[in-house]
Amino acid sequence: MKIRFFPILAHVLAIIAVAPLLWILISALKPAEDVFNFGWPSTWTLDNLQYVLLKIPMPRFMVNSAIVAVTVTVVALFFHSMAAYALARLRFPGRGIIFSGIMSTLLVSLPVILVPLFLVAKQLGLLDSYAGLIVPSIFHAFGIFLLRQYYLNIPRELEEAADLDGCGYWRRYWSVILPLSRPVLASLSVLFFLANWNAFLWPLTITRNPDLRVIQLGVSGMQGQYASAWNLILAAAVIAAIPTVVVFVAGQRRLVDAMKTTGLK
Amino acid sequence: MVTTTAPPAKPMARVRAKPKAGMTRKRREALAAYAFLAPDTIGLLIFVAIPMVLAFGVAFFKVDGFGNYSYVGLANYKLMAGDDQLWASLRVTATYVVAFVPIAFVVSFALAMLVRNHFKGISWVRSAFFLPNVVSLVVVGLIWQFLLVDKRGALSKLLAPLGLGDVSFLGTPSLALGTYVVISVWFLMGYQMLVFLAGLKDVPKELEDAAQIDGAGSWQRFRYVIWPLLRPTSFFVVVNSTIGAVTGLQAFDLVFVLTKGGPARATSTVVLYIYEQAFTFNNMGYAAALTTMVVAILVVCTGLMFGFTRGGRFDED
Repeated sequence: MKIRFFPILAHVLAIIAVAPLLWILISALKPAEDVFNFGWPSTWTLDNLQYVLLKIPMPRFMVNSAIVAVTVTVVALFFHSMAAYALARLRFPGRGIIFSGIMSTLLVSLPVILVPLFLVAKQLGLLDSYAGLIVPSIFHAFGIFLLRQYYLNIPRELEEAADLDGCGYWRRYWSVILPLSRPVLASLSVLFFLANWNAFLWPLTITRNPDLRVIQLGVSGMQGQYASAWNLILAAAVIAAIPTVVVFVAGQRRLVDAMKTTGLK
Repeated sequence: MVTTTAPPAKPMARVRAKPKAGMTRKRREALAAYAFLAPDTIGLLIFVAIPMVLAFGVAFFKVDGFGNYSYVGLANYKLMAGDDQLWASLRVTATYVVAFVPIAFVVSFALAMLVRNHFKGISWVRSAFFLPNVVSLVVVGLIWQFLLVDKRGALSKLLAPLGLGDVSFLGTPSLALGTYVVISVWFLMGYQMLVFLAGLKDVPKELEDAAQIDGAGSWQRFRYVIWPLLRPTSFFVVVNSTIGAVTGLQAFDLVFVLTKGGPARATSTVVLYIYEQAFTFNNMGYAAALTTMVVAILVVCTGLMFGFTRGGRFDED
């Protein structure tokens, strides 16, 4: 049997693609004087990770990020699924205009509206607060759009049955639509969590208070403070990256499961 | 599209369990819809729509460090003409777009073709290409700063046998932007690969098989079957990555960590420059005026792309 060329090429390229990440992981486990040496560490050490976790308030940064990312994800999924339900399932005057209005905000990214958004947040007294980190990050049209697409494909009969049982719109949304949207909510929650855990620009703009620092600010702050202590900077970077990789690996399986279930139906 | 199917006709003799007095079904449905929509709509108004409008207003003011506004008319816009650093930033962003968009397109498309059909270990390969996109841009910036440390960094050591051990990829103005492009491609190729894979799923296998039976080689099958059917996907990728290159987080987070816009402003993107004007130099009014300019450029660019391609349909005559 001949060995095919392209699969081997794919494997080689995949290794090259993840090499920088693996390199950093290994380097973070090397003693300070070894950081720039090639190959495996002469001795494996957890000192760098330990230092970063104990001497720098890295746990605090992680808790802040977790609070922000989890809150934004939960609230955003709730709001977006409500809006998407109305747009997909209910008939009301102005639906077209509201839908186009929401979709047009898809073009706007944070770096574009950063300055005026900062001014709005300042007016609302959101500077240097958890609310300032959380509230403006909730609203994004992408989730609404994806959920709406999903809801358009849920058979109407399921809702009709609830209607005949005398359920109001809230019950129909809460007990029929929401449980049916578990797969799409799961994939969106992976996306939202990653985006918010990785957020840098908005926290950088809205917070000064060191107690409110999120993980990405903490890690980038290492640059200035520990300019050439690369072993420590890399340890911090690894700590910031681990949750994202874990969530991705776990979420990926969920995505596959979701696809399987829809396939079996 | 906004239109959805009309709800099926209601059964004639339906029993309504909870008839609310004085309200038709239609009215109740509309009220419920507005209630469901309220949180997100109000949020988008306050945190997206109002800031957009506000930018155009603040652009006519000078804002001092204490937050005092004084009306200056078009002064902020006049300032732009003589602002060399702004023009340098516009050049950087333009060069970045022109380099990044095609390279990212070709690389991610090639990867998608490579992992399109099943082979042993395909899911690990796909995940591996996507993995850089999962890590934050801050971490990405730090990783590459470390790999590219002058002389001692991993890349310098790898390139030393080629006589390139002394090259400073992030410290040389003529190389820094290119380095930034390559890192961006590494970061985003997995995402765009997934978009292409989704598009490739819609290319019917039968069409390719039919072409093969008719004697089409692999290039011809690509050129006359896959490529035309993939046009909407390609259009989406180009528009999306252009917008991302001009205004995405990749234009801020990455350069902020990697080079802070240096050396000699060689990687100072427009969004980084606006940030500096607003938060380093406290020129909120000028920053707002710059914001409106970026919005205008964006609207013109997407308009042009839609115009040229008739909305990505590429109707064939």
